[in-house]
Amino acid sequence: MTAYFPALSLILIFPALGVIFHLFMGRRAGRAAVGAVGTGVMFAAFAVALAAFAKLLAMPAGAALEVTLWPWISAGSFHTSIGFRFDALGAVMTLIVSGVGAVIHLYSIGYMAHDEDYARYFAYMNLFALSMLVLVLADNLLLMFVGWEGVGLCSYLLISFWYTNVQFARNGRKAFIVNRVGDAGFILGILTITAALASHGVWTLKFTGLAAHASMLAPVATTAALLLFLGATGKSAQLPLYVWLPDAMVGPTPVSALIHAATMVTAGVYMVARLNFLYLLAPDAMHLVATVGAVTALFAATIAIVQTDIKRVLAYSTISQLGYMFMGVGSGAFAAGIFHLMTHAFFKGLLFLCAGSVIHAMDGEQEMTRMGALARRLPITYPTMLIATLAISAVPGFSGYFSKDLILDRTFEAGYSNLWFIGVVTAALTSFYMFRLIFLTFHGRSRVEPGKLAHLHESPSVMTIPLIILAVLSVVGGWVQLPAGWLWDGAFTRFLAPVVGNFHPVVEGSPMTLGLAASAATLLGFVLSYGLYIVSPETPARIAQSAGAFYQLLVRKYYVDEIYDALISRPLFWASENVLNEGIDHDIIDGIVDGTGLGVEASGETIRRTATGNVQNYALLYLLGAVGVVAYYLFLVVR
Amino acid sequence: MPLWLFGFLAALSIAAALGVVLQRNPVHCLLALVLTLLTIAVLFIGLDAVTVGFLQAIVYAGAIMVLFLFVIWLLNLQSEVRTQPGHLGLKLCAALGAAMLAGELFTFLGSAPSAVRPDNVLAGYGSIDSLAAMLFSDYLISFEVTSVLLLAAVVGAVAIARRLPRAPTVAVRPADSERPEAPRMTGTGGA
Amino acid sequence: MVPSGYVVGLSAVLFAIGVAGVLLRRNVIVIFMSIEVMLNAVNLAFVAFGRGLGSMDGQTIVFFVMTVAAAEAAVGLAIIISVFRNRETVNADEFNLMRW
Repeated sequence: MTAYFPALSLILIFPALGVIFHLFMGRRAGRAAVGAVGTGVMFAAFAVALAAFAKLLAMPAGAALEVTLWPWISAGSFHTSIGFRFDALGAVMTLIVSGVGAVIHLYSIGYMAHDEDYARYFAYMNLFALSMLVLVLADNLLLMFVGWEGVGLCSYLLISFWYTNVQFARNGRKAFIVNRVGDAGFILGILTITAALASHGVWTLKFTGLAAHASMLAPVATTAALLLFLGATGKSAQLPLYVWLPDAMVGPTPVSALIHAATMVTAGVYMVARLNFLYLLAPDAMHLVATVGAVTALFAATIAIVQTDIKRVLAYSTISQLGYMFMGVGSGAFAAGIFHLMTHAFFKGLLFLCAGSVIHAMDGEQEMTRMGALARRLPITYPTMLIATLAISAVPGFSGYFSKDLILDRTFEAGYSNLWFIGVVTAALTSFYMFRLIFLTFHGRSRVEPGKLAHLHESPSVMTIPLIILAVLSVVGGWVQLPAGWLWDGAFTRFLAPVVGNFHPVVEGSPMTLGLAASAATLLGFVLSYGLYIVSPETPARIAQSAGAFYQLLVRKYYVDEIYDALISRPLFWASENVLNEGIDHDIIDGIVDGTGLGVEASGETIRRTATGNVQNYALLYLLGAVGVVAYYLFLVVR
Repeated sequence: MPLWLFGFLAALSIAAALGVVLQRNPVHCLLALVLTLLTIAVLFIGLDAVTVGFLQAIVYAGAIMVLFLFVIWLLNLQSEVRTQPGHLGLKLCAALGAAMLAGELFTFLGSAPSAVRPDNVLAGYGSIDSLAAMLFSDYLISFEVTSVLLLAAVVGAVAIARRLPRAPTVAVRPADSERPEAPRMTGTGGA
Repeated sequence: MVPSGYVVGLSAVLFAIGVAGVLLRRNVIVIFMSIEVMLNAVNLAFVAFGRGLGSMDGQTIVFFVMTVAAAEAAVGLAIIISVFRNRETVNADEFNLMRW
């Protein structure tokens, strides 16, 4: 059943008002007002979302709140409107986006306090929140795509926030263009779905409508699913379109936390979960999704273990964890994927905010090789970051444990035991590089420059309070879904079941052994990391030396950027410059235009010679014309 | 009009017209034109258009040709130089065009219905009475407008051909060699 | 009796001769005279046709043509005189100010 809930639109109106305020009055209003409005609208949106959530809980399972604002496209039989739908899945996503978003906005007040473009920052952040909320609350595929594009735009605006640095601007552009490639696939997917439905005379893109007519989508399901997944690889940084995410770290750290950890990059996972009925019709596509997710997870984790920039480690970690989520939804465990999405929002957002706190304390330093022994100097940042690391490493009891183990179990039970194995190895690597990050940054010998050492201080409370909030969530956030047999087991999956369906295992797996394997992997990673970075800190350098080429391969990220540049970028630029610019634009189009002018000029030059100024010449022409006309009359008309 | 007379007059008029076109001295051309006009006047009379024939002789050959003669004398025109070089292509084109025109007209008129009653004309055909009757009944408006046209032509000719008055010069005692010029008829002065 | 066709044929020939004169002579006065030849050829045709049809219309039109030709000759010669005052020549080739 659906209930009409107009207050839903408030969730979107608040950020929109924030955007307008910051754009038009930001400079004049002053920093305090900008910060207050920017964060206030997010908390207001979160409050409305909570109210809607409470109302939803009071309704029977499978209910939803709806509001349709106004009709958007009306072309023949095709009608779309601006409408929002708050069902179980939408509730989870909205609460994450608005809640974590509000906390990160609060953090930004402190982090961006000394920045010139304060108002512009909050305008973009609010705009992003608006777009992401449109994405998760949209009741039809087309409106969701509007939000999809909007978050892509805001990602670009925020990555290249400090645009005066040319490299930052380039990275922003790279993110936007790579996203665009994915978006092309997304659009084609939408068109495939529309065409398939239209051939049966159905013209709707509402999710409820699509689910109701899912049988009509069966013939194109694989194509549409793969095309839409292409869009997801772009947005959620999976192979092959992940290359923009590590370079996106040049943006402000709260941006990395919000967009590139907690919310935007999860849009792909949300899309697959939302269209679960489509993916269930295409088991081959789902297998591909799960495989891409697993391979990406391993791939990114191998790169993360050798990175020295603290934000880059977290970036590759994000790519890796997103791989887990896709592994989950690809195996048919849509609720598990969303569960990991939620816990990841908590601990990855926290990790980025803590990294920002460290960078803030280190006065802009991001290289872990120049950090060390910061534990005592950052009394709030260190414990919270440690909590987040325990969560991401899936240490039992923390949120990440419940979600990651659920995904691994489900992957095994779906029959993909090889993917499960990849997931376990990746878990070990995850634990390894995360604890490596902790040890290099907070423990060991201090490698900090003396000048910075004196200025080291903990962040102000406007930045540490969000850390604490997220740390608490990183611990308890996973308790909504306890494993089978425990108190309220499966509460989360049960909550989402009316929207995403239930998981049907293909292979029976013993949760005990699976869980033990995963925990063993985590422990192995921790032990290795402890050994290499605490016990004998000189060993990593020696290993790097002896590994030589392999080490270089990892540090250079498997040369993927260079390959893309050589195979795609350079040929495109060459073709654009020589074929399109020179050949078509210069020679053909300009040729036609100039040629027309030249032709007219030349013919004019020729014809002007008849104007001799001599009347007798004119009389001669007159005579010849008259002769011609009379001849025509004589021989063609009269005869 | 007997045919032999017509033939003679035709040949004469053609020869005279050729004379107009081919003579080098403009006065000779004029004389040839006068001959043409008179020949055509005789042809008119032969075709029972007596009034028009006399009018042709009096007005055309009498008045208009004298006007031409006066202008030739006024402009003191000389014979043309023997053969002016150049424009050979144009000359050829022109001659050819004229010949084609003649040919076409022949073809045209050859296929036109020939005259109805060559022998049978009304009494008083071509007399001044019948001409006047036409002028003052069917063609009255044209007749009146033509008189206005003649007035306009007179005014126009005088206006175009007159000398504009010279602007008064500063009163400086003229040098002896700078006498004010007497108006000359060859027309090298005139502002 | 002469058939009208012959007379009109003569008129055509005279007209063509007049055209050739207009196009080939350089002296403006002679061009004018050639125009008079053309006009007379036309007059002849009119009279011939009128005679053939037994109608006085032909001769009336000739009357008007003569009048208009007189007026045109007067004005035309006045123009030639005026131009001669400025240019000192009556060579048609010299009047080419409207050349490109």
